[in-house]
Amino acid sequence: MAILFYIFAAVAVIAGLNVVLQRRPVYSALWLIVVLCALAVEYLLLGAVFMAFIQIIVYAGAIMVLFVLVIMLLNAHHEEPTHGSQFAQWLGAPLVVALLVEIGVAVWSWPGAAHVNPPPLRAGPKSVGDLLFHQYVLPFEVTSALILVAILGAVVLARKES
Amino acid sequence: MLSPYIPILVQAIIVAGLGAAILGVSALVGVRKRSSEKLAPYECGIAPVGNARGRFSVSFYLVGMLFILFDVEAVFLYPWAVVFKSLHWAGFIEMFLYILILLAGYVYVWKKGALDWTR
Amino acid sequence: MAQFAEAHFFLIESVVKIIVVLFVLLTAVAYVVWLERKVVARIQSRWGPYWVGPHGLLQPLADGLKFLFKEDIVVQDADKVIYWMAPFLAFTLAFLSIAVIPFGGSFQLFGHTIQLQITDLNVGLLYVFAVTSLGVYSIALAGWSANSKYPLFGGLRSSAQMISYELSLGLGVVGVLMISGTLSLRGVVTPQVGFWHIAGIPFLPRWNVFRQPLGFLVYFIAAIAETNRIPFDLPEGETELVGGFHTEYSSFKFAMFFIAEYANMVTVSCLATLLFFGGWLGPLFGPYWLRVILPVIWFCLKVFCFLFFYIWMRGTLPRFRYDQLMAFGWKVLLPLGFLNVLGTSFVIAWLHS
Repeated sequence: MAILFYIFAAVAVIAGLNVVLQRRPVYSALWLIVVLCALAVEYLLLGAVFMAFIQIIVYAGAIMVLFVLVIMLLNAHHEEPTHGSQFAQWLGAPLVVALLVEIGVAVWSWPGAAHVNPPPLRAGPKSVGDLLFHQYVLPFEVTSALILVAILGAVVLARKES
Repeated sequence: MLSPYIPILVQAIIVAGLGAAILGVSALVGVRKRSSEKLAPYECGIAPVGNARGRFSVSFYLVGMLFILFDVEAVFLYPWAVVFKSLHWAGFIEMFLYILILLAGYVYVWKKGALDWTR
Repeated sequence: MAQFAEAHFFLIESVVKIIVVLFVLLTAVAYVVWLERKVVARIQSRWGPYWVGPHGLLQPLADGLKFLFKEDIVVQDADKVIYWMAPFLAFTLAFLSIAVIPFGGSFQLFGHTIQLQITDLNVGLLYVFAVTSLGVYSIALAGWSANSKYPLFGGLRSSAQMISYELSLGLGVVGVLMISGTLSLRGVVTPQVGFWHIAGIPFLPRWNVFRQPLGFLVYFIAAIAETNRIPFDLPEGETELVGGFHTEYSSFKFAMFFIAEYANMVTVSCLATLLFFGGWLGPLFGPYWLRVILPVIWFCLKVFCFLFFYIWMRGTLPRFRYDQLMAFGWKVLLPLGFLNVLGTSFVIAWLHS
């Protein structure tokens, strides 16, 4: 199974690089879908079955649809450098260095695979449901308020022009 | 644990191979008589006017947005439905409250006319 | 060593099942097209295909060959990569979702129990929905990539339609999940075994459709819209959009969309059969081999009824107008779906307290 982990990890990384490197926004969006699907397989390998499929249904099948639709709607061809992106050029390099240092420290201080022994995770829909509706009822209910606010926001934004 | 997913991986490889093979063969054996008229985009017999990739109604964006939100909501229904028999009335009340709050949003969207395509 | 042999057997069993299922599905797709042409022709007092083989039975083969040898046109200014990818994606996804559909019980072979299903996931239904939710891209991208106006309109409309009805599709089945308490498509059939009795006489099979009529209605209407069939076939409404999203496609790339649409029809009918009509359940009799084959026959018969219904509708109903279509999805089907979820949960909570 480890071989599957490495294959899909490589897919995720290569697709992730393509998201950044592609010049055309539609291609970036499509590569992002590949990243999300590869991550879903990694969830599956970890035993988080429910999360894996929700990842595809919600992220790849809903949120990215909106991304692709918007790119198609706005007729976005090539990205053009703006003041913001020039600013990002200067800020980007130090941030990348900081991230690399952080990853380096994390890898350096890793005790090795022998010390990490996660219990087998079997998060099917049943166990997720049990946790969600017994232990985490309040966060679940608050989610609905969050979605409500998002619905209002979507309508207000879309109606602004008229 | 993972073994039920192995056949899906195998099937994905077989199906993708089959699709690629058919498309490849079709591209190879098909006749090739190209002309600029034939390759022009279809426009009811007249020469194409302007770029096809124009801007579109904001309604499409709104539908996409509302779809995400209701999809996230629907996703919570599956684990709830699966364990429902062990939750009894508590489960009913939990989901009733949840849907009630979202119903407010739904009514708002409806009243604002965001569900009317022609406006 | 025994474990090694077990793994080998599992792999061989899977590959054999996959190839058989794919072959049957492809054949089914070809003959549903033939059936559609025949039935619609009879509805319109015509004969339909008649010349290739007896009663035109070899027509699908001739069509396939013709598609293969037609010129493969790539429109100028098309985005070539995406233009090629879209039909491939449609085809691949349509033939992936069949993996979790059980089409019968199980039988013994060389001491192994073989299930009549490619693989039984405990989240089978979510798998089908996940694959379906990715199907939107093939249509949206096909419309966008050709750099032509009618495909773009068709693609946009179609994706908006598909995502709108996907919600109702998901809501329609929640009631069934509450009854069965599982997302496995094999587990969904289990509570439908047996009959309801009146005065000791069995009079009605315990199919979910009798407990969830509203859920079934919501599911099936949404399913028709998801597969872009009449009366919801706006994406390819030839009277206003020429061919919709596949206007600029020719040769086998066009055929791929066609095949994908019919394969999706079969999958959606299989799901309807499993969720609401007792799947492969039916009267069993005779020797062992007959008891293995009969369930498969019952399953195929039920799926055939749905497919026939699809064709019947195509011959009968006119097409929706686009604003009516969207309004119906969001203002009628979606509230009905929620009503069904709350109503079912109320009744179940009442019965179980």
